[in-house]
Amino acid sequence: MSAPVLRRNGTPTASGRWIAGGTTLVDLMKLGIETPSELVDLGPRKEALSAIEETAEGATLGALATMAEAERHPLIRSGYPAIHLALAMAASPQIREMATLGDNILQRTRCTWFRDGRSPCNKRRPGSGCSGVGGDEAMAILGASEHCMATYAGDFAVALVMLDAELTVETSSGTTRRLPVSALHRLPAATPAIETTLDPGDLIVAIHVPPPNWTGETYVKLRDRASYAFASASAAVALRLEGPIVAEARVALGGLATVPWRCRATEAWLVGRALSVATALEAGRACLTDAVCGAGQDHRAQLGIRAVAKALLDAAHVGQRDTE
Amino acid sequence: MTITINRNDHPLPDDPRTTLLDFLREDLGLTGTKKGCDHGQCGACTVLMNGKRVLSCLQLAATVRGAVTTIEGIANGEDLHPMQIAFLEHDAYQCGYCTPGQIMSGIACVAEGHAGSDREVAEWMAGNLCRCAAYGQIRAAVRACAALRSETAE
Repeated sequence: MSAPVLRRNGTPTASGRWIAGGTTLVDLMKLGIETPSELVDLGPRKEALSAIEETAEGATLGALATMAEAERHPLIRSGYPAIHLALAMAASPQIREMATLGDNILQRTRCTWFRDGRSPCNKRRPGSGCSGVGGDEAMAILGASEHCMATYAGDFAVALVMLDAELTVETSSGTTRRLPVSALHRLPAATPAIETTLDPGDLIVAIHVPPPNWTGETYVKLRDRASYAFASASAAVALRLEGPIVAEARVALGGLATVPWRCRATEAWLVGRALSVATALEAGRACLTDAVCGAGQDHRAQLGIRAVAKALLDAAHVGQRDTE
Repeated sequence: MTITINRNDHPLPDDPRTTLLDFLREDLGLTGTKKGCDHGQCGACTVLMNGKRVLSCLQLAATVRGAVTTIEGIANGEDLHPMQIAFLEHDAYQCGYCTPGQIMSGIACVAEGHAGSDREVAEWMAGNLCRCAAYGQIRAAVRACAALRSETAE
């Protein structure tokens, strides 16, 4: 593999890549999975694109702010607990100091077959097949297709999708457009190699989170070890309670689906109900109704159900305490 | 363009793929920073960039912005850094391979204010693996250094 050209301005071509924190890209370059012809260093734009501020439309986070900078920002800590928790429980302190928010939203799957560089993988080599189908690895149980069942591994984007956050995307011609985070990641369907709705040269420059109008919100992450692990299952939840009754609910799942997974039917089902352990578990089961579990994977649906239930009960408890 | 390591400026490597870790070890002979997994999973290569801890194995040398401090840059002549002394006093290692990364991460952990309890240190040192499992002694060293620092500040 020849060395990529490194540039500090301009826009990458279709065979090039932006490089910000590099925590995904450099790793995949070492594995031979990413072979960019050029790298365009976003370092020179760091100062201009890393502000985190309160605006009329909620919070705006510069896409080149690091995960650590956002995690320790007072606005995020006090006003956006689901985002704060999703960032605080992601990766390790070192990776959070390096990875930018844009990096993290676009992090690639941790699928074993994608990363090994050899096995058939439609994401890596379209048409070669999917090595996950029919196996007993922990693959996506929601949103998969016969062509790809790689899990979206991130936490932050799950909280963003739950909160109806939007992105400002700068195009290679210098114009900008708004894009809901829920419209960023594409289901694999028949073209798993096309992972997002971004065009070559597009750059996420900012993330906009609507003002919080919740009595409680949280992010629950279940992992194989206590820290520094990807989610076995996670749930981002926000609730607006009126007395004990749910007036509005938001639920999204992480770690189990091919994309950050919003559970709109469950949200509608929750409205008008009082939250009990039984209600919370029923809501969790509703989120996993469509799950397709491979051999030995039934426990992962159970983890998803319990992550949702725990998040709903935690969010309701915080909400009640706040309204007392 | 140059890169500042332990207060000395160096010309950037020619190949943009050169990681900060390989630049330190292979080009500059600063072998205190260790290569463990080389994929951002073990923390052995942790260095400070503008005082923040980063993984030198995933950092391209050519995209470093700011000053880098490695394990070779924390002592003051013959006087060890308080975190180095704390690791010695608490026997916070067995084979020692992860120790430079643990010490650099520990310095940042204390500076961030994340060393208030054993549980907090465990969470905020989670990016540094120790295959000898000297975790108890490592936590004790980090906490002792944090306590010393707050005493000195008072």
